Amino acid sequence: MKILVVLKQVPDSTTNIKIRPDGADIERAGVKMVVNPFDEFAIEQAVLLKEKRSDVQSVTALIVGPAAAAEALRTALAVGADDGIHLQDPAFDQLDELQTAALVAAVVKPRGYDLILTGKQEIDLDSGQFGPALAEALDIPHVGACTKLEMAADGKSFTANRRIEGAEEVVEVPLPALITAEKGLCEMRYPSLPNLMKAKKKPVETLKAADVPGFNDLVSAAGGMKLHTFRPPPERPPGKVLKGEPEQVVKDLVKLLREEAKAL
Amino acid sequence: MTNDILIFAEQRNDKIHPAALQIVTCGRALAAKTGGKVVACVIGDATGGAADAMDKAGVDGLVIVNDPALAQYSALRYRTALSAVMQKVDPRVVLMPATFMGRDLAPRVAMQRKAGLAVDAIDVQIGADGALDVTRPLYNGKATAHVAFAKDRPAIVSVRANTFPAPSSGAGGAARESVPYQAAAGDERITVKEVLKAGGEVKDVTEADIIVAGGRALKNQDNFQMLYDLAKALDAAVGASRAACDAGYQPHSRQVGLTGKTVTPKLYMAFGISGAIQHLAGMRGSKTIVAVNTDPEAPLFKVADYSVVGDLFKIIPLLTEEVKKLH
Repeated sequence: MKILVVLKQVPDSTTNIKIRPDGADIERAGVKMVVNPFDEFAIEQAVLLKEKRSDVQSVTALIVGPAAAAEALRTALAVGADDGIHLQDPAFDQLDELQTAALVAAVVKPRGYDLILTGKQEIDLDSGQFGPALAEALDIPHVGACTKLEMAADGKSFTANRRIEGAEEVVEVPLPALITAEKGLCEMRYPSLPNLMKAKKKPVETLKAADVPGFNDLVSAAGGMKLHTFRPPPERPPGKVLKGEPEQVVKDLVKLLREEAKAL
Repeated sequence: MTNDILIFAEQRNDKIHPAALQIVTCGRALAAKTGGKVVACVIGDATGGAADAMDKAGVDGLVIVNDPALAQYSALRYRTALSAVMQKVDPRVVLMPATFMGRDLAPRVAMQRKAGLAVDAIDVQIGADGALDVTRPLYNGKATAHVAFAKDRPAIVSVRANTFPAPSSGAGGAARESVPYQAAAGDERITVKEVLKAGGEVKDVTEADIIVAGGRALKNQDNFQMLYDLAKALDAAVGASRAACDAGYQPHSRQVGLTGKTVTPKLYMAFGISGAIQHLAGMRGSKTIVAVNTDPEAPLFKVADYSVVGDLFKIIPLLTEEVKKLH
């Protein structure tokens, strides 16, 4: 079984996001970049499978991003991935999520992965389009927002739990398939310093647009969205502060919620 | 491509998702600009009730795909069904609720139909130039951006719950048309073995109009019972901060925030949640926010409409009693 984990590097969730004066993007300078938290769950799940099962040949980590994204790839290698693929080209930075899925599909299809894992959502664009779109481009089933994964003994299928509104679905899916990781699947182990050093020696293949046959055609056949006019979130009007005896505060609050906010 | 607006009318067990009704309001506004019709697409097994609900919400047409194989949601089967309806109706815009189903389904359909896609929209307009203009939050709600689409392609937009008001119920009578489900090769690859209902009697945070959420200040799992009592009186869902979930007071399925669920209820009441930036990411889109905390400097007070400085152990039981008086 060959496993692929697809990662994205995103601004740390505690980073203060500033908008560029022209509104064309956020300020990128000085922003701390980390592995997308949902992708961390995917890495750990892949490594756990490799540790538990004798039929896992390899875990490959793939990232699309600028030179600095190599650091995220190295984290995956330090945690236990065997090798990496870095899709790095200025042309890739302009792609939307669907076009990125088309690009990644073109690269991984001939390599024949049996199980692909990625996060259910990237915490920068927050769209969650990539995973299901990649599965569609590869014509394989996917299980979105997966909280539990159990591979069948024969390694040909798995059962997975996925979160839906107010419930969890248990689904059975044959390989090849794609899973998007939800919180609860597993937590990524800490990459130790020795392992980070060893990761530098693991093979990483770098591919540019020219290395992807038919790049322009496959990109123009998907998506085509452009983000523009970035703004800070709408300001909430200043709120009211209620202080005093709890009995009175509660009476006032319920009155305000009914008469002013019309929320009750 | 027609000027029509197609709405994916999400249903489970023939119960229409409330967000599907709300987007009829959005669809009508768009159709008024494009000059097209609003057509709802209902996919499932027995969907008479869901179709009637969409009809009364004021659509111009209904396309129904009924098949026993569609009784439960499958990303592959529903993709095939919705894709077939898109091909038939040839709409300019497809609207769907930004639910688990909508988010799971939309990217596959967009890839298959070579359509544009924007998820989790908080505003959907036809601009002065006649182009679709969608606004959506990103960077965990720390920014918003507009999405522009390629002009020669249909656009799929999933819309956040409670962004548009539900339309008032009308007489209905829209034309109905059936489209058969023609399975594509490999559609059977996802089998739903069982559905585990979580939470029991209490609603899930993603489907409630009101959420009462607790933080680590509740101190233990037993004290959350106070919130469940309040939730029952309000017909609300119980949510929790990451700290409370990590401490084991509540399951992660109730976590609101960056790595939990993003919610946009009409009323969000937070008890003993300080308001870490990751928590704000999950709830700042709520219509009305109430925060209760002993610490007057709690960051959540900055986004709250009503800030109550006080002891939640006194406030919650009093509030439950006060709410019960309303009935």
